[in-house]
Amino acid sequence: MARGPIGKGKRGAGFDFMTDGHLIEGRQMSSKPRIVITGLGLTAPNGNSLGEFRANLLAGKARIAVIDVRHMGKHPAGVCDFDATKWQKRKEIRIGTRVGSISIFCSREALGNSGLDWEKVDKSRVGVYLGITEHGNVETENEIHNISQFGNDTKYWTHHHNPRTVANNPAGEVTMNMGITGPHYTIGAACAAGNAGLIQAAQMLQLGEVDIAFAGGVSESIHTFGIFAGFKNQGALGAHEDPTKASRPFDKNRNGIVISEGGAIYVLERLDDALARGARIIAEIAGWCINSDATDAVLPNPERQSECVRMALKRAGMKPQDIQIVSTHATATALGDIQECTALRNVFTDCPDTKINNTKSFIGHCMGAAGALELAGNLPSFEDNWVHPTINIDELDPECAMPGLVINQPVKVARVDAILNNSFGMLGINSALIVKKYGVA
Amino acid sequence: MGLPDGAWAFVTNPENMTKDDIKQVVLDIIADIAPDEDLTTVKPEVRLRDQLSLDSMDFLDIVMELRKKHGIEVPEADYVQLASLDSCANYLLPKFEAKGK
Repeated sequence: MARGPIGKGKRGAGFDFMTDGHLIEGRQMSSKPRIVITGLGLTAPNGNSLGEFRANLLAGKARIAVIDVRHMGKHPAGVCDFDATKWQKRKEIRIGTRVGSISIFCSREALGNSGLDWEKVDKSRVGVYLGITEHGNVETENEIHNISQFGNDTKYWTHHHNPRTVANNPAGEVTMNMGITGPHYTIGAACAAGNAGLIQAAQMLQLGEVDIAFAGGVSESIHTFGIFAGFKNQGALGAHEDPTKASRPFDKNRNGIVISEGGAIYVLERLDDALARGARIIAEIAGWCINSDATDAVLPNPERQSECVRMALKRAGMKPQDIQIVSTHATATALGDIQECTALRNVFTDCPDTKINNTKSFIGHCMGAAGALELAGNLPSFEDNWVHPTINIDELDPECAMPGLVINQPVKVARVDAILNNSFGMLGINSALIVKKYGVA
Repeated sequence: MGLPDGAWAFVTNPENMTKDDIKQVVLDIIADIAPDEDLTTVKPEVRLRDQLSLDSMDFLDIVMELRKKHGIEVPEADYVQLASLDSCANYLLPKFEAKGK
């Protein structure tokens, strides 16, 4: 495959646009540059590559461990087992954070997957945009525990605390590891963060701020007891004698969220740049929307969720019937699942070819990584036309019944041209991201 | 202020520490904070920063570990005393001896 450098001299190649986004000259006639996915790296509780992850999703294999949570005892959790030393020195791992290591692993794997000639890439034209649900809780809890062993004397508080807990930490660790000198920051978007990272990157590419973006979502949340305690006291922490059955969206006996760690980071580029270097195009970003419920901190609002999905469809120039897979956000909480089903029923009426699935039933809720990982597991459907199921449904909750819900077994479909990826979060943030098979009108 | 149980457990007789013991204490700390470094060839008379990849945050780690594991305080004005293994031994020996009294 011919691969040319993306670097100096290529900035804005093929388009110039005014502040309202409309072209004033250039080859393209559309209002904004098209954005494509050309690389992907991930770590999930049940896979450290897209191939492994996808195989387990099609085979119905969940992987949830039981971990000892500080102050709380044993709870099911999704634990990743990637080799951090593949891309980091041991000292880097010691000084950095768990989510920094997740971010570096995923970014490096994404780079390898993209085929970019990294030596020739202008690193000042690369951006890193990572979605996070929260950051800093892990290190803060660790240090509070640490000084509690020393009479709460703060002279024992680590001097590494601030660089570990600044909100840009995961993205910043990526830039230091890879020598990226373009912009980096995280996008705090609760559990909609994975989608939000991708959307931010697409927007920055369209604005011409960068030529290459590493974007997605990451999470280390299983290492903070506060998240477990918060969900437990909210009555929303999942439990089951078999940890692999603890996360069961849409099942009548679901009892809450299984907290997981993970990451999925994509390489995004403008289509023109990707074509110029002969890149393998995995998918095209077709449309998106982020909106806000403005109603309740924790209870989702299906009306706003429906509006979010409809706006994403409108921006993609699609109808509901154009979507073959809806990757749901459902987290296995009593009310949240029903609210999302209500929202989807509002939009996807008369859509006999639209399948609906869920990934959290396999890997739990990867928080900031959830949306990015859940999209990743569905992308191979563009090639193999299989739709992975949502598992652990022993008795479907009638209030979650939806035509097209793929239950426990994968289904083969005639074709998959477009995927809608839902990701919602606390404080009423909703995100809907649509990707389509490249080359489909 | 009390230290946690076991914090000094392996320093059973700090008053009997030799300079070689103290050099080993410092090397053990460096092994933890700079795990990629080969410490088998460290020259005791040469500045640690001249032969190992250590930065100012690493030296703060050495100070912190001396505090946490051995109850030894190194004031900021004395950080220069930690430049080499030899200077560490010379500087820290009386502090360890004082701990044993």
